[in-house]
Amino acid sequence: MFKKILIANRGEIACRVIKTAKKMGIATVAVYSEADRDALHVQMADEGVLLGPPPSNQSYLLIDKIVQACVDTGAEAVHPGYGFLSENQAFQKALAEKGIAFIGPDAWAISAMGDKIESKKLAKEAGVNTVPGYMGVIKDTEEAVKIAEEIGFPVMIKASAGGGGKGMRLAWNVEEAREGFESATNEARSSFGDDRVFIEKFIEQPRHIEIQVLSDGETCLYVGERECSIQRRHQKVIEEAPSPFIDPETRKAMGEQAVALSKAVDYKSAGTVEFIVDANRNFYFLEMNTRLQVEHPVTELVTGLDLVEWMIRIAAGEKLTLTQDDIKLTGWAMESRIYAEDPYRNFLPSTGRLVYYRPPKESDTVRVDTGVYDGGEISMFYDPMVAKLITYGADRNAAITEMRKALDEFYIRGISHNIPFLASLMSKKRFVDGNLTTNFIAEEYADGFSADDLPAEDPSVLVAVAAVINRLYADRAASVSGQLPGHEMHIRTDWVVRLNDDYYPVRVERAGNGEHYAVEIEGESYPVVTDWTFGEPLFVGTVKGKEVTVQVDGLGIGYRLFNNGAQALATVYTPRGAELARVMPKKEPPDLSKFLLSPMPGLLVSVAVSEGQEVKSGETLAVVEAMKMENVLKAEMDGTVKKIHAAPGASLSVDEIIIEFE
Amino acid sequence: MQEIIRLLEEKRAQARAGGGQRRIDAQHGKGKLTARERLELLLDEGSFEEWDMFVEHRCSDFGMQENKTPGDGVVTGYGTINGRLVFVFSQDFTVFGGSLSEAHAEKICKIMDQAMKVGAPVIGLNDSGGARIQEGVASLGGYAEVFQRNVMASGVIPQVSMIMGPCAGGAVYSPAMTDFIFMVKDSSYMFVTGPDVVKTVTHEQVTAEELGGAITHTGKSGVADLAFDDDVQAIAQLRRFMDFMPSSNREDPPQRPTDDPSDRAEYSLDTLIPDNPNMPYDMKELITKVADEQDFFEVQPEYAKNIITGFARFEGRTVGIVANQPMVLAGCLDIDSSRKAARFVRYCDCFNIPVVTFVDVPGFMPGTTQEYGGIIKHGAKLLYAYAEATVPKVTVITRKAYGGAYDVMASKHLRGDVNYAWPTAEIAVMGPKGAVEIIFRGDLGNEEKIAERTEEYRQKFANPFVAGSRGYIDDVIMPHNTRKRICRSLAMLRDKQLENPWRKHGNIPL
Repeated sequence: MFKKILIANRGEIACRVIKTAKKMGIATVAVYSEADRDALHVQMADEGVLLGPPPSNQSYLLIDKIVQACVDTGAEAVHPGYGFLSENQAFQKALAEKGIAFIGPDAWAISAMGDKIESKKLAKEAGVNTVPGYMGVIKDTEEAVKIAEEIGFPVMIKASAGGGGKGMRLAWNVEEAREGFESATNEARSSFGDDRVFIEKFIEQPRHIEIQVLSDGETCLYVGERECSIQRRHQKVIEEAPSPFIDPETRKAMGEQAVALSKAVDYKSAGTVEFIVDANRNFYFLEMNTRLQVEHPVTELVTGLDLVEWMIRIAAGEKLTLTQDDIKLTGWAMESRIYAEDPYRNFLPSTGRLVYYRPPKESDTVRVDTGVYDGGEISMFYDPMVAKLITYGADRNAAITEMRKALDEFYIRGISHNIPFLASLMSKKRFVDGNLTTNFIAEEYADGFSADDLPAEDPSVLVAVAAVINRLYADRAASVSGQLPGHEMHIRTDWVVRLNDDYYPVRVERAGNGEHYAVEIEGESYPVVTDWTFGEPLFVGTVKGKEVTVQVDGLGIGYRLFNNGAQALATVYTPRGAELARVMPKKEPPDLSKFLLSPMPGLLVSVAVSEGQEVKSGETLAVVEAMKMENVLKAEMDGTVKKIHAAPGASLSVDEIIIEFE
Repeated sequence: MQEIIRLLEEKRAQARAGGGQRRIDAQHGKGKLTARERLELLLDEGSFEEWDMFVEHRCSDFGMQENKTPGDGVVTGYGTINGRLVFVFSQDFTVFGGSLSEAHAEKICKIMDQAMKVGAPVIGLNDSGGARIQEGVASLGGYAEVFQRNVMASGVIPQVSMIMGPCAGGAVYSPAMTDFIFMVKDSSYMFVTGPDVVKTVTHEQVTAEELGGAITHTGKSGVADLAFDDDVQAIAQLRRFMDFMPSSNREDPPQRPTDDPSDRAEYSLDTLIPDNPNMPYDMKELITKVADEQDFFEVQPEYAKNIITGFARFEGRTVGIVANQPMVLAGCLDIDSSRKAARFVRYCDCFNIPVVTFVDVPGFMPGTTQEYGGIIKHGAKLLYAYAEATVPKVTVITRKAYGGAYDVMASKHLRGDVNYAWPTAEIAVMGPKGAVEIIFRGDLGNEEKIAERTEEYRQKFANPFVAGSRGYIDDVIMPHNTRKRICRSLAMLRDKQLENPWRKHGNIPL
């Protein structure tokens, strides 16, 4: 076994590999860029080697430097993680020259599977299903119809030079194939000046399901499947194992094909064969990923295997001690990718300091793979993934329940994150029913994500929580020193909780010991038990016997409560206070469409327009520098500049007004 | 007897009705509460003791003798906020537009005098059209009586003004002399002369809101400390604010229990300071993370944002916080920030509130605007305020403490009691680059040499050790222990005794 390995990666995957290496008693070397000096993977490793400036082509992609780092530190092997150099043959070659082992498959397998056409060919030869289609030049309409019939309807007729949906026709029968071929050809000719088209089987309600394989070069096992159909713009968001769609027969068939393909390329490590699966459980090969996948933890949780450990053992020449019969899928695992992006702003990436980063506590049912920490940073230079949150349960519903709870507990401040979106996904009936396709997000969030996509929860829970928090506040405020003796403050029991714009009369009394509260909302009893104290971001307790976790941000005289992905503004009044609060005019937030707001905190470098100037849509208005990057802000519509609110050189906070239009 | 009681009830009802339902509805229509509704929300339920409900004006000109309302446009008395005594006056816009008559002024003076005797804060809820013009000079005299009392009470009892309607002309000078001015957005304004006069005299076209609204005074002029969205929110915040305030200069600030451990470590602070000394960070993160329960009541958040002032608690006791804000103008001291912080420090010193200062200051702001504006005198105000203050002073230098600004920011030399530095602290005359360009002027143009010298200077001075070797720093602390160290220092200083030499009063550079 190796004594020391180097991890040629960063972030959560580097940390993940280091964890297993530590468990195996192997010393670890981290490599890092200047942006990652304080990164978690550097802290966790036994040694660290600086590679260079932040951009990955000047650091994490520098083959020479990484190989030299191995030589200098005496690392005997390299784990490449995913991305970066994980599927790079030149890297493998350079390592091999120095006699350093690569923890992954051989270069040949990588190259064979790295080529789309080559891999399909190999797959076909190995007896793996591929999407039926005809790649050759089609002479005329009649030939097109014939090919379509051979493939079987429905088929997709696509322009070879196509893109953006142009020159694409879906055909369900001969008639449509005939028309489709002609119109697609015409459109291809006029759009691309190239009228070649090809025909491929159209996969209805496609699902993305992949098979994990593990091979030592002799024994090759399939280690169950993962379903990764929940994708946003080809970016996986939620993965699970097993798939709610796959039956044992399909699993076996897919697994055996995956093994056949792996054997065909002498695969020797952990790898993944991706399939597209149609509504009738027909599956077709997409590609093989010759590395550790981001979503590998769900497989680990349902199989109990440590895939990284096996990768290391295999690279060190050990043989698998498992047989296919040893691979049992127990329970259900689900993974949510927590990204630094703002779901309410069309998933605009967010970078910066993690002012608070408090992941849920890890347990038998909750696993958090991350490369950041409280006070750490999400750098603009790399992948915006903050963490992978993986939950486990006896069945799918249990895993979902755990996930919803863990998402409630995940406390992140300082950057925007997609937890509200994930919470919304988890609550969609269609998701809970397991009725997934790769179009799920596009279909369910056709107009993008908004607060309306969040589950409509019973407000009583948050009302009860607000009532208890206020009771604690009132109790404590009434314990202040210097009160008029004999005329001390006494605490009332009836209050009115305002949750956003709704008012709920409540009664709150302490009941039993200090942690019990008798709460009554409009006559109904909601007993609350909690040991929450002020300053704690998470209110954990039970409301009417049901466990709840609510994130509490104090606002001075009110609270912002976060639960189930949603946030609510809670203010508690005396009954008279509530009466008078209703008299107050509702101040509408200003119409922000008339303003250019700073999309991020930064420095206003320049303003390209002047007051009174007419601007056209697309015209540059201002430049904001943030994180050393210049962001050009352009006009979204035609208009006239009314007032410029910020001068160049000003430091802007997010949403600060820069320009006002008429 | 029965008759008298009936009459009493009648008068009471009359007083409570103020200017009548029509005017009350108009007040509500403007999004404003009445004088009594405001007091209902401000004071603990049932605690209000009203005085002078039967006071009426004595004007007999212009038919005023026919037009009297008991109370005369202001509700006065005392009550409690979370059990603690406060005196209040609340002007009633529904009665003569809340205008100030001689009798109205006398009512205010009465509660101020009483507040001084017992040592309790005075809260004024201002909503007044100005002087009672029918009374002429008697009304002006009334103002001056109030002004005189504001001055006498200054530094003896906290005085807080909440502007909840108009406040114009001479009337502005009473709030101006109180310790804090809060305003309600869209419904309050303050100015010495209104838009009409401004137009006549200077030909400027300006709305009342632009001239003296809450946004103007909290952002541009710095006259007001905070702006709130509406009356209900403003009063709730005022209650919260008063929970921080001591009752008088004879008492220590209030204390209340807290569950926040004094030794709570905050490891995320270890990465607060960016690697690049020119990169900003948010000083408010430090403040909220070390204060009890993340509770920070900031005052003047919209004005001179390069310095942060406000109240927090450590171990349940009120502390005044002053901190440079690197996010704005690199946290430098300029005219506005010096004035803002100086007044805040003096307030704390008046009322025995310890001052905790977080320092990251690259120096004073250079430029003609600053020099012509008198930065010398204004900067001196902050220096004077810190030097004069005898309350416990705990200072933490997080990063830069350069030049004269280092001296000013509660340095050891200005009787700082406990001065800590983070390992990232740089205490020096100026930044390495500037220093080298002066010391090694001959090498200018030779970039390599300058870089070398700069590095040498950085090595020597860009750390807390030089200052530490001279005892200017008591200790170098880890950022994550900041709360613990501040709590201990404040506990140690609880019985601090320090007196300035007797004098009539000092001569702060005004």
